[in-house]
Amino acid sequence: MGFRHSETAEPAGGVTATVPLPVKIVVAGGFAVGKTTLVGSISEIEPLTTEAAMTKVSLGVDDVGGAEAKSSTTVAMDFGRVTLGEDLILYLFGTPGQDRFRFMWDDLVRGAIGAIVLVDTNRLADCFPAVDYFESMDVPFIVAVNCFHGMLSHNVNDVREALAVSPDVPLILCDARDRESTKAALLELVQHAMLKAV
Amino acid sequence: MTVADEPQEGLGARLRPYALTGGRTRPVADLPLETLIRTTPQGESAVPRLVLEHKAIATMCTAPLSVAEISAHLRVPLGVVRVLVGDMAAQGLLATNQPQSTSNDRPDIKLLERVLNGLQAL
Repeated sequence: MGFRHSETAEPAGGVTATVPLPVKIVVAGGFAVGKTTLVGSISEIEPLTTEAAMTKVSLGVDDVGGAEAKSSTTVAMDFGRVTLGEDLILYLFGTPGQDRFRFMWDDLVRGAIGAIVLVDTNRLADCFPAVDYFESMDVPFIVAVNCFHGMLSHNVNDVREALAVSPDVPLILCDARDRESTKAALLELVQHAMLKAV
Repeated sequence: MTVADEPQEGLGARLRPYALTGGRTRPVADLPLETLIRTTPQGESAVPRLVLEHKAIATMCTAPLSVAEISAHLRVPLGVVRVLVGDMAAQGLLATNQPQSTSNDRPDIKLLERVLNGLQAL
């Protein structure tokens, strides 16, 4: 039933444990835009934090400028988990949207269903690097405008125009604190990814 | 008390992270951070004789956990967990399930349908 066993780690003794299949969605956006709130609104675990160290290898590949290249940096990343059945687990990874974290995005988007770019209309420019990146990597993404207080200072069309995203990129309003709203955003993304997959 | 019971004082708090891996920074296998890990029966029976960090991983992965979760619970950087998990998987102590690999690096339509159905059922 589509249940995959490990191919890379077949135990020497031939005894296998069954392991569910992981899938992931990336939640990107500027500082304090509500990424962890969105992840936490639907995650079955309290969002966890993991740290990725910016290694010399990463520094060599990604130009982060002279000053930063001298010291090693760790980047904290919050994530949550949603079990979608006995054999399928969805992970949601919140990622800092700034350009200087690009070194970790390649790793993050590899194999991902796609991305939700969370936007605060007061700081629209914060999400530009993420939008550029997903477009250039051909990663399916949607834009979700976080309406913290139920107010929207721009209308949706203004946001679309300001972001200059292609007309086929879904743009929705959401409340990152609300489970149903987050679920709707995830469904929107998965459906968008399905359109791009056929 | 196991290490997994003390989240506030993970392995990383007590040891230099890459001391755990003998200074190696490259895992034996490519393990994306959402790769799911589960302790094999062989791993479970080996627990009493495993070294501290392997024991912690084998104990916590009796229910499947991702590489990222292991990293968060042990408070050890992702790169270190990848090395440790890679070693243990190569010894048959852990089973892993990686994300679906497709030609374009995206889940195929059948898998996306399963995700959609799973989300709708939440």
